[in-house]
Amino acid sequence: MSLGLEHYLVLSAVLFSIGLYGALAKRNAVIILMCIELMLVAVNITLIAFSRYIVPAELTGQIFAIFVIVVAAAEAAVGLAIILAIYRNRQDIDVTKINLMKW
Amino acid sequence: MNLTLFIPELTLTVFAILVILLDLFVRQKRVLAQVSISGLVIAGVITIAMWGNSFPAIFNNMLAVDNFALFFKLIFLAVAFLVILASVDYTSRFARFQGEYYALVLLSTLGMMLMAGAADLITLYISLELTSISLYALVGFLKDGKSTEASLKYLLLGAISSAVLLYGMALIFGFTGKTQLGEIAMVIQTMPAQTLLASPALILGMVLLIAGFGFKIAAVPFQMWVPDVYEGAPTPITAYLSVASKAAGFAIILRVFFSAFGQPEWLSLNWGMIFAVLAAIGMTLGNIMAIPQTNIKRLLGYSSIAQAGYLLIGLAAMGFSAGADTAGRSGILFFLASYVFTNMGVFIAIIAISTKLNSDQIEDYAGMGKRTPLVALALTLGLISLIGMPPAAGFMAKFYIFSAAVQHNLLWLVIIAVINSVISAYYYLRVVKVMWLGKPASEEKISQSGTLKLALVLASLGILLLGILPGYVMRLAEFAANMRLY
Repeated sequence: MSLGLEHYLVLSAVLFSIGLYGALAKRNAVIILMCIELMLVAVNITLIAFSRYIVPAELTGQIFAIFVIVVAAAEAAVGLAIILAIYRNRQDIDVTKINLMKW
Repeated sequence: MNLTLFIPELTLTVFAILVILLDLFVRQKRVLAQVSISGLVIAGVITIAMWGNSFPAIFNNMLAVDNFALFFKLIFLAVAFLVILASVDYTSRFARFQGEYYALVLLSTLGMMLMAGAADLITLYISLELTSISLYALVGFLKDGKSTEASLKYLLLGAISSAVLLYGMALIFGFTGKTQLGEIAMVIQTMPAQTLLASPALILGMVLLIAGFGFKIAAVPFQMWVPDVYEGAPTPITAYLSVASKAAGFAIILRVFFSAFGQPEWLSLNWGMIFAVLAAIGMTLGNIMAIPQTNIKRLLGYSSIAQAGYLLIGLAAMGFSAGADTAGRSGILFFLASYVFTNMGVFIAIIAISTKLNSDQIEDYAGMGKRTPLVALALTLGLISLIGMPPAAGFMAKFYIFSAAVQHNLLWLVIIAVINSVISAYYYLRVVKVMWLGKPASEEKISQSGTLKLALVLASLGILLLGILPGYVMRLAEFAANMRLY
């Protein structure tokens, strides 16, 4: 059996779903941030697989993935800074306890 | 490639860096606001000078410089101008990082300007993130409990929604093999309808895009963050979020759905219907949830969800007209222009009152009609415009967008919208009533600084001008709505 486009797409869809589940179900803000990174990695796999199998002559998907990685790094940096600011305010990063304002 | 077409963005970048550098040397922090404002004015003048011409897209068709983009760039620059005017007194309460505050406002404006021109999925994603990441930091700028909480909620939900958006982009890229909007459109139009229908990738990608963009414009069901973030953020940033961020979201939705998915007709009817349903739910939910609110910033958060619903009517009309006429598009542009002045006017008045009272509670606004009559008058004008009553701009805006919808067989949606406008009159007028008829806690007059007065006068003039003489701006909007297809 050889690996085809479908295998990569299924892998990335599973990864994306795991990430989304974690982002919605976890309570620790840092773990939520990690789950969001997982979602972005899943998207990168999709992009590169599509690029490899649909338009192998161009590198559009790979270039897109590089941009996504850079932006994800920036987002993680700002995210961790905000989590630090929260921690300094209340010595806790459990998102279920961050409820000064009601939903 | 013509780099001169990129000068407004380059100007803003240079001025943002300049502000950060000056912050190291300058004692008198007011200078930073002056530098930022001069940067915005220069970028605005150059943008106006470019108006009316038909330029080709730059950077390999990745960034459009058409009149549509220029119209939105002017909106963003005007909002940033008013926000900085309104921030001058507000920022003096930050002990540190005033330079970063102005620089981040300029950088997020830069991101929005790029969003208005983005004609490629990659540009679109980068500019969207440039805007969002600057805003995450700005929302948490007060560093107190509420502000950091708002910032964390905005960051987590924003990051999830941009991941969802990205997955949609990846699916559309996989379906068409292209990232440039015009090329995507060509691939879709040359495919037979059976192929399009047989593969769920296109429809799924489109729905994920709507989810991602819906977060930016605060459309239901992606509106959860709005009231909390609006309440917790520094008030000038709340104003900025409610106006500029929403306008930028609509700019990319308009461009993506018009140029990439505008044809064939059954496709545009499909997404038109999605937007119509989102509009109906958004208006109703926003207006009903706003009724019990006691905090004015939270009330305006729900009001902004409702206003997003009215704007979505224009998108639905655009989907139903299938590119035949520009009524829906120019209606949205005019609505956004009037919404900019209206909401900025309201928020500047709130900054003027709340910073003196140290409270955002509506009941504390009692007697403002006596204590600071001009600000109360401006706030009343803004709220009347939000309801959509003449002579304010909001009336003409709703009139244009509703008539566009009626032309395209969306009468049911307009009926829901009109009922909603009546509901909204209740909670907007309650604020007006408290201000003019309520019993003041003290008789002491509240004085305002010159910059705040200037910002308030500019916004109020804008509301009246667009309400009484809408023709000129409407012609500009119609001109801008003729987007170039690439």
